[in-house]
Amino acid sequence: MIAYIIRRLLYALPILIGVNVITFALFFVVNSPDDMARMHLGVKRVTPEAIQGWKAERGYDQPLLWNSGAAGADKVRKTIFFEKSVKLFAFDFGRADDGRDIAYEIINRMGPSLAIALPVFLVGLAAYVTFALLMAFFRATYIDFTGVILCVAMMSISGLFYIIGGQYLVSKLWNLVPISGYAQGATGVKFLVLPVLVGVVAGVGASTRWYRTIFLEEMGKDYVRTARAKGMSEIRVLFRHVLQNAMIPILTGAVVVIPLLFMGSLITESFFGIPGLGSYTIDAINAQDFAVVRSMVFLGSVLYILGLILTDISYTLVDPRIRLE
Amino acid sequence: MTETLRFATRFGVGAAIAVLVGCGGQSWNNPYPARDALANILYTSFSERPKHLDPVQAYSENEYVFINQIYQPPLQYHYLKRPFTLIPFGAEEVPQPRLYDAGGKELGAGADPRSVDYSVYEIRIKPGILYQPHPAFAKDGAGKPLYFNLAKRDLENIHTLADFRTTGTRELVAADYAYQIRRLAHPRLHSPILGLMSQHVVGLKEYAENLRQAASSIPKDGYLDLKQFPLKGVEVVDKYTYRIRIRGVYSQFIFWLAMPFFSPIPWEADRFYSQPGLAEKNITFDWYPVGTGPYMLTENNPNQVMQLERNPNFGGETYPAEGAPGDAEKGLLADAGKPLPFIEKVVFTLEKEGIPYWNKFLQGYYDASGISNDNFDQTVQMTSTGDVALTDAMRDQGIRLETSVATSIFYMGFNMLDPVVGAPGGERARKLRLAISVAIDQEEFISIFANGRGLPGMGPIPPGIFGYQAGEAGINPHVYDWVDGSARRKSAEIARRLLAEAGYPNGRDEKTGQPLLINLDTTAGGVGSKSRLDWLQKQFAKIDVQLVVRSTDYNRFQDKIRKGNAQVFYLGWNADYPDPENLLFLLYGPQGKVQFGGENAANYSNEEYDRLFDRMKDMPDGPLRQSIIDRMVQILQRDAPWVWGFNPKDFSLHHAWVFNRKPNQVANNTLKYQRVDPVLRERKRIEWNRPVVWPIAALATGLGVLLVPGIIAYRRRERMAAK
Repeated sequence: MIAYIIRRLLYALPILIGVNVITFALFFVVNSPDDMARMHLGVKRVTPEAIQGWKAERGYDQPLLWNSGAAGADKVRKTIFFEKSVKLFAFDFGRADDGRDIAYEIINRMGPSLAIALPVFLVGLAAYVTFALLMAFFRATYIDFTGVILCVAMMSISGLFYIIGGQYLVSKLWNLVPISGYAQGATGVKFLVLPVLVGVVAGVGASTRWYRTIFLEEMGKDYVRTARAKGMSEIRVLFRHVLQNAMIPILTGAVVVIPLLFMGSLITESFFGIPGLGSYTIDAINAQDFAVVRSMVFLGSVLYILGLILTDISYTLVDPRIRLE
Repeated sequence: MTETLRFATRFGVGAAIAVLVGCGGQSWNNPYPARDALANILYTSFSERPKHLDPVQAYSENEYVFINQIYQPPLQYHYLKRPFTLIPFGAEEVPQPRLYDAGGKELGAGADPRSVDYSVYEIRIKPGILYQPHPAFAKDGAGKPLYFNLAKRDLENIHTLADFRTTGTRELVAADYAYQIRRLAHPRLHSPILGLMSQHVVGLKEYAENLRQAASSIPKDGYLDLKQFPLKGVEVVDKYTYRIRIRGVYSQFIFWLAMPFFSPIPWEADRFYSQPGLAEKNITFDWYPVGTGPYMLTENNPNQVMQLERNPNFGGETYPAEGAPGDAEKGLLADAGKPLPFIEKVVFTLEKEGIPYWNKFLQGYYDASGISNDNFDQTVQMTSTGDVALTDAMRDQGIRLETSVATSIFYMGFNMLDPVVGAPGGERARKLRLAISVAIDQEEFISIFANGRGLPGMGPIPPGIFGYQAGEAGINPHVYDWVDGSARRKSAEIARRLLAEAGYPNGRDEKTGQPLLINLDTTAGGVGSKSRLDWLQKQFAKIDVQLVVRSTDYNRFQDKIRKGNAQVFYLGWNADYPDPENLLFLLYGPQGKVQFGGENAANYSNEEYDRLFDRMKDMPDGPLRQSIIDRMVQILQRDAPWVWGFNPKDFSLHHAWVFNRKPNQVANNTLKYQRVDPVLRERKRIEWNRPVVWPIAALATGLGVLLVPGIIAYRRRERMAAK
């Protein structure tokens, strides 16, 4: 398995380089270093000297990809792309274009993102699987039909509606929890109740339907019939056998997102005032802060690759027939 | 199983109630700690993290809202008086420039500006002012700086500035003001006003070059000791006096002395923050200001909350005893003579979205708020006399409304380099510009898109600034008629006639027969802007002109403006200071964007206007200056390089427990004048936010009821399977 993991990590290198190149190209197609300088220096009374100074200080006065004026390897090395990208592979994110330390920001923002995303993920997974199993149990009954209609209706509603509706009902009309805000420690629980509730409810429709489909497919298999024939109760069949055998598709969807939970959610964090990572990238794009954009895209890619590797590993835990070689 | 479910339901409801009750004796939805319920705190918000808190760099509203409470420039604006009046802040008095000729001989105050070689502002500061407590001033037992030689291990447990256990202070001296003027030229700080000030402060341009060379010989993050580099134009006379030497006459310099760019900065702060390892922890001068003002920044988490606390070393300033007419009746002089500031702490919470922000204001968790378009109808209604008033619901909550006209203008500019609408088109283009000016119904725009919050512009000068003329004398006679005591826009028929005179009868070129297309370059283009752009196209269609909207991103838009490739565009300007020069210069020829890289985005140039501007800019306010401004505005109204757009009106709400709020469009250091009644606030919060618990019980019951048929069905199915 170790050899497999090493091989997968090596495969990740060209992917990360590719992601970097694409990010770089897309960013600089839209923004030039001069534009970035103007954005950071403000629109009032900016002089060409100030723009030049800003670029030189941050290394944006060099050619983008190829330095024809340099000699030898410096043709590649003395470029914006090389200087801004290589350190990422050592997880040295450097400073944002406004001077703040990016690693410091990421570390500080990951906690709040996780405080929302992790409970939503865990509670949500448990709730969706349970609802799906119940619907599968009551398949082809009014409960199942009602559940499917409800799921379709819920998945058709925008996530924003759940947020605004939740805030209006729970916080404004019933005054039960704060509309928005965040605090660390036990005092912060009251701020998490509503976003977690909204996060879980918003995902009920799509996820429950998806898991129901998986369970129904599984329930049609021979081993389920055999289990029933042996007189096993339906609850036992579902939770003991069907659930266990449906783990592969469940894990495929679930484990891969675990590392990405750190990255947070833009809209949820924005509406609930959570100081997480969700808005960090979009704020950086708006501020034309390439240093942050490249760091966050790189981090997102690394976490996604990590998620895929974890998914593969998790297969071996739930299905002894699978070997990673 | 039923028992288990029953237990789970009871446990769930119980736990939820326990968590909520555990929030303390206050309202459950209160986002603030219970211990602060009766504290003397003002709660407000910010929607965007400030880029800079270093006064040498900060230049936007969302930065000034913080640093203007922290720093103490020599001057400030009177809080209540109108028109805006400069008064001393750090200085003993408002300095008057002394004028000198090339031989160094002092001239009288009314000397011809052309004979003045340089002018000197001598500023005497108040003695006894102390800096806020800060580790940069901390001393050891021997009186040496405690934190000037921080090693790596010293920083292991340092994460924020508050982690430095020892702080100190020292008296503010004139050299600190002089030091900050030197910082304007610091090559790594990129002050936005360096270019402007280099034209005026003697020796600043050369000084910037010297510093650039000096900085190139030290490491990238190394400490550049500005004390070693004297600046010719700034002289420290004694401990409490300094002089600034200005080239010729620059009357507007006095206004700059009220801006944070000229605040005092202690050299110790620069020395302290330049130490290795602090920047990696985001402990920088740009992040943790050091001032002598009424407040100090004690928490700086721009992702969540920023907190100002009263500077314990601030004192000596009292609430004004004089104000504008009507202020006493409004209770704005009730606190006259009382020491400032009134509020102990100001909590700014990050609120990116309008909906939670507005709801929290209505719940009493923010003390003041603006009004978004979405909430306008809920908040404000028009009276039968056309005035604005709060709705009954707002009045019942004790909410109060303050309105004021901003010292800003939003305008549609014509690129005067363009052959169709600009100067090369001559009289034909002028009439076309006037036709468009008449056709665009600004009153309708303000009514539809700004809920009536704006005044149609008659020229570049907004109300509240010297030179603005109200009433009939101030109308733009090319666009409006004065009818029954008010300005009435000329008809579309007049616009069409102007268009025909311009050589485009019925919107077609009389020579070629081609339809006239006008191109608008704009950054607007999303769904939210569509209605505005559609409306604008309809305005042009009224005179049979086709408006082509060329939506573009911000960078391309700025690029087109810089290169003169735009034909028609929208821009705005917020006055830096209340002087007509700061608005009329936007159309001054030598400020042309394309040729000189200035702020005249329309690239308008008119010899007479430029000559009058040169004469007017250094004159004191008075009838002569007014008459020159009137003539300049007449020239602009005739030439119509802009469609004059509108001056926005700001609407601000505050709760009944907030006192001494008066809109001030120029000053940003107004928090120190405000006062809150925390007891009333807490009473209202509890009254407005009583928790409604029945939904929890209903939800639990509903779930239980839903479970029953499920359990019955399960049992029936199990029994069937057994059969």
